[in-house]
Amino acid sequence: MVELVNISKSFEGKKILKDVNIKFVQGECNLIIGLSGSGKTVLMKTLVGLYLPEQGDVLYGGRALNKMTASEQIDIRKYIGMVFQAGALFDSMTIEENVMYPLRMFQRSTYQKMLERVNFSLERVNLKGVNKMMPSELSGGMKKRVAIARAIAAKPKYLFCDEPNSGLDPQTSILIDELIYDITREYNITTIINTHDMNSVVEIGDNIYYLHEGELWWQGNKENIFHSDNKELNDFVFCTSLTKKIKEQSENK
Amino acid sequence: MFGLRSFFIEFGAYLLLMKEAFRKPQNMHIFKRQILHEMDALGVKSIPIVVIISLFVGAAVVIQMILNLDSPIYPSWIYGFASRKSIVLEFAPTVVSLILAGKCASMIASEIGSQRISEQIDAMEVMGVNTANYLILPKVIACLVFFPLLIILSIFIGLIGGGLGGALNGLSTFHYIEGIRMDFAVYDIVYAIVKTAVNAIVISSIASFRGYTMKGGSVEVGIQSTRAVVQSSVIIMLLNLLMTNLFF
Repeated sequence: MVELVNISKSFEGKKILKDVNIKFVQGECNLIIGLSGSGKTVLMKTLVGLYLPEQGDVLYGGRALNKMTASEQIDIRKYIGMVFQAGALFDSMTIEENVMYPLRMFQRSTYQKMLERVNFSLERVNLKGVNKMMPSELSGGMKKRVAIARAIAAKPKYLFCDEPNSGLDPQTSILIDELIYDITREYNITTIINTHDMNSVVEIGDNIYYLHEGELWWQGNKENIFHSDNKELNDFVFCTSLTKKIKEQSENK
Repeated sequence: MFGLRSFFIEFGAYLLLMKEAFRKPQNMHIFKRQILHEMDALGVKSIPIVVIISLFVGAAVVIQMILNLDSPIYPSWIYGFASRKSIVLEFAPTVVSLILAGKCASMIASEIGSQRISEQIDAMEVMGVNTANYLILPKVIACLVFFPLLIILSIFIGLIGGGLGGALNGLSTFHYIEGIRMDFAVYDIVYAIVKTAVNAIVISSIASFRGYTMKGGSVEVGIQSTRAVVQSSVIIMLLNLLMTNLFF
C-alpha cells in the first residue's frame, strides 16, 4: 500500500503541498484531480521520490521512502512503473530497447526471456510489430502505450500515470483509460493517476482525490462526485456543458 | 559578492554531481556498451575535424616560421624544430582541446539537457537508475581515453601539414625532418597527453553538469550548451597557463 502522511512541499518559499494525507487503495485506480497548478504533478513526483517532502512521509508498505538508504530505495523502485505526461521514451533507443531497459538494468535474465517479456508487454497494450521502430516514428497514443508497456514490463506493484490522456483525442483517451483500468485489476496493482480529464473520472475513478491549492479538498469516487456539495469541486467538475448535462440527468433520475 | 556566492553554490553542486557520477556502475555490461557508444560519438566522429584543422594549422605554422625566421644566421633545421615544439606543446593539446570543447561540450550539454527537459532522466530515476553515473561517467571515460589519441593524431597530421607547407615554400623535406628529430624529448609528448587528459575531464564534466542541471525548455538547451563551451574553454586556457608554469 502507498500512503502519504502529512506531506508538505514548498518551492522558493511558496507552499505547493499543504499537509496532504492520502491512503491509496491497492488493486484500484486512484485518481488525483485538480486545476492546473493545484500541485498534482508535485504530489506525483513526491510520491515516486523525485522530490523530497519538507515534512511528512511517503510510505510504501509502511516504510518511509524518503528515509530509506539508496539501496533500499532501489529495491522499492524496481516495483514502481511510471507513465510520464509526454511518455518520456528514450529517443535514442528502439521501442524494444525502451521496454527492455528496466529489465536489462536490474534483472539477471537471458536476452530471450527479456524479449518474451517485452513482446508480452507490447501485445498487452495492443502494439505489435513496432519493436524495431524509433519513438519519433510513433503517434502520441502509441507513445503512451509504449510508456505503459515499459512501466508494466518489470511487473510493478505500483503504477503512476501523470496525465496519461493529455494531448490525445477522446477515442484514444478512452482506450488508454481502459488499458490502465484492466491492467490494474489484472495484476492487482496500486494505480495512481493524475488527471483533469473528466471522462477518466467517470470511467475509471474508483477513488478520487481532489486537490485545491495544494490541499486535499475532497475525496470520494465516481459515484458520489456528482452529488458533492463542495463548491470548489463542483466548479471544477461542472465547468463544461457536458458535465452539467450529466449532473442534470443524474438529478432527474 | 552575489556573483562569488553563486559561483561557490554552483561549484559545490558540480562536486556533488561528480561524487554521484564517480560511483560503481549498477550494470557493468551496459556501462561498457555506453563507453563504446560514447567513444564513437565523441571520439571517432571528431577525427575528421581534428585531421582537417591539424593539417592546415601545421602548414600555416611552418609557413609563418619560414617567413618570420628568414635569416642566414638560423640553421635550416630550425623551422622543423620550432614547428614541432609549437605543435606538440601548444597547438595539439590546447587548440585542439578548444576545438573539441566546441564540438563535444555542446553535444554533451544539449544531449543530457534534452533528456532532462523531456523527463527521460526522471523516468530513469523512478526505475532506480543512478542517472549521474549512467549518463556522465561513460562520457568522461570516453573523452579521457580518446582525446589523448586524437591529440597524438593531431601532432602527427600537424607535422605532415607542416612538411607540405614547408615544401610549398622551398623548405627541403630533409632539413624539416632533421629539425623535427633534433633534440627530441619524450617529456614533451607526455606533457601534451597529460594536458589533454585534464582538458578531457574539464570538457566532459562541465558539459555534463550544464546539461544535467538544466531547467526550463528548449531555449535553455541552447543557453546551457553555449555556457558549457564558454566555461570549459576558459578553464582550459587557465589550466594551460597553470600547467605550463608548473611543468616547465
